[in-house]
Amino acid sequence: MSDTSLPKPRSEMGETMHHLLRDPLGLVGLVIVTLIVGSALLAPWIAPYDPIAMNIPDRLQGPSAAHLLGTDQIGRDTFSRVIWGGRVALQVALPTIGGAVAIGLILGMAAGYGPKWLDTLIVLFFDTLRSFPTVMFALAVVALVGPSLNTVILVIMATSIPTYGRVVRTLTQSLKEAEFITAERALGASTLRIMGVHLLPNVLGPLAVLAAMDIPTVVGLEAGLSFLGMGVRPPTPSWGSLLNDGYSLIRNTPWLIIAGGIPLILTTIGFTFLGEALRDVVDPKLRGKGGK
Amino acid sequence: MSALLDIKDVVVRFAVRGGVFSSAGSIDAVSGVSLSIEEGKTYGIVGESGSGKTTLARAVAGLHHASEGSILYRGQELRDLPEAQFRKLRREIVMMFQDPIGSLSPRLSVKSLITEPFRIQGMKGRDLDAEARRLLAMVGLPPEFATRYPYQISGGQARRVGVARALALDPKLLIADEPTAGLDVSIQGEMLNLLARLQDELGLAIMIITHNLNVVRHITDRVGIMYLGKLVEEGETDTVFSAPRHPYTLALLAANPEPDPDAQLMRIELQGEPPSILNRPKGCEFHTRCPFAQARCSTEVPLWQIAGRAAHRCHFPASWEQDKACPA
Repeated sequence: MSDTSLPKPRSEMGETMHHLLRDPLGLVGLVIVTLIVGSALLAPWIAPYDPIAMNIPDRLQGPSAAHLLGTDQIGRDTFSRVIWGGRVALQVALPTIGGAVAIGLILGMAAGYGPKWLDTLIVLFFDTLRSFPTVMFALAVVALVGPSLNTVILVIMATSIPTYGRVVRTLTQSLKEAEFITAERALGASTLRIMGVHLLPNVLGPLAVLAAMDIPTVVGLEAGLSFLGMGVRPPTPSWGSLLNDGYSLIRNTPWLIIAGGIPLILTTIGFTFLGEALRDVVDPKLRGKGGK
Repeated sequence: MSALLDIKDVVVRFAVRGGVFSSAGSIDAVSGVSLSIEEGKTYGIVGESGSGKTTLARAVAGLHHASEGSILYRGQELRDLPEAQFRKLRREIVMMFQDPIGSLSPRLSVKSLITEPFRIQGMKGRDLDAEARRLLAMVGLPPEFATRYPYQISGGQARRVGVARALALDPKLLIADEPTAGLDVSIQGEMLNLLARLQDELGLAIMIITHNLNVVRHITDRVGIMYLGKLVEEGETDTVFSAPRHPYTLALLAANPEPDPDAQLMRIELQGEPPSILNRPKGCEFHTRCPFAQARCSTEVPLWQIAGRAAHRCHFPASWEQDKACPA
């Protein structure tokens, strides 16, 4: 009954970070992810050399103070290529996942909350998309229109939509029957408000977990396609093309393939840990009662 | 005396989808219920699980569509009212749901939850902080609760938040579905006192759905006993409790623990489960479980009979005039 204003509730974001940092798995994941994203963003300043500058006299050198991870068969600095390759990996992964999550979210919520006919239509669309094996589909499209980064992004995005869409649809369907949604209807909340204010926040958590765990898959797909020569075009550094360059020379210069493999492994571990930790954090009930 | 809410012959019908071995059809979860609630009064609806009491409540709150009958609120027909128009009435007709925590949106803070009615009903420009403080004080929660989330509060506290939310906009009719369910006895008492106090202060009519007879006895003015989607007895609470006529009411009262060991109430035990509403018994629908059933009960549907300040539907009602301790 005092005049002081009410204390502010901690924001959802703040709450999530607070709990994430207390989980060792989450902390490790967050550190690795920050490292990868940071080095990708700061590539021009971190990378000691131009990743595509050839330097034939220095070709196939082992790791040294001048070249931390050695050089490849045309004398390019491998460390610089790894750093710049991370940039390419994220350039593929983020728009791919972002686009797939956004489209999957809209379609999934529409299917889950909307009328039956819409649900049937959208599920049919999901099933059609899902019936293409991603790599085969990507190879076919690349063979048709030629390899490019954008083609890779579009193909992986299209085939990932159903994964997110189906999760959102199922979550929406079960939440729709929850008593708090009925309670909102009884208060007169509009459909838009119910979907935006009450359904969306409860769907976003599990979706974020799924997306975080999916990033390594997409990075791996990009690397795989680039390894096959179907992804990123040659001079551009990519972890996959590093592997491609390295595998024929594995007996004499193993560091090339190791340099391409380690970031892939780190990405997988980092995002998976982060995803696992997020999964525990986004469910409010698992945060424990009376938490401060 | 004009009623705030006047329900006449309301039927709520649900389609039943046919399976491999059964045909499609429909069931009447509520099958011709009439009752009226006066301004500022409390009406209790009692019945077993599956008797249709929650469905009736939801039909009044506009959450289920009533297939037949009429639901008049201050003379206005609610039955086929489009949602756009019903929305305005949702300020006056509010509902509290069974699950105290489950009926609160889990990602909203208590402050957001209790001020949501203002936002939904487009009351901008109100000082929501002040409203939140007022509402928390009204239901007896400290202001710190504004920052809590539903998973951080107890069932009793969540119930109070539910009350605050329901009463935010000064409604005229509160539909409370099992307001004491899941609360321990001391909290139940607090809850009922809170409702009674708010009713006095705000002049609100309450329709309370419960299977807790003690709750009904203490806070309602009138009571309706529901069985298989129909009212079997209806009237002033005192009359119905002191002189129940319908055997089902008798059985319910007999099953209720009586705090007074000297009270003499006939023991009636009901056999078996209530029949399925997919397959309603003919005649009086209670005859399959009624200890007093006679041949006439299985063929002829009993009509309402008014007896004093209550009414019942039974061919052979208990009689209390001569000897209170031993009905016929």
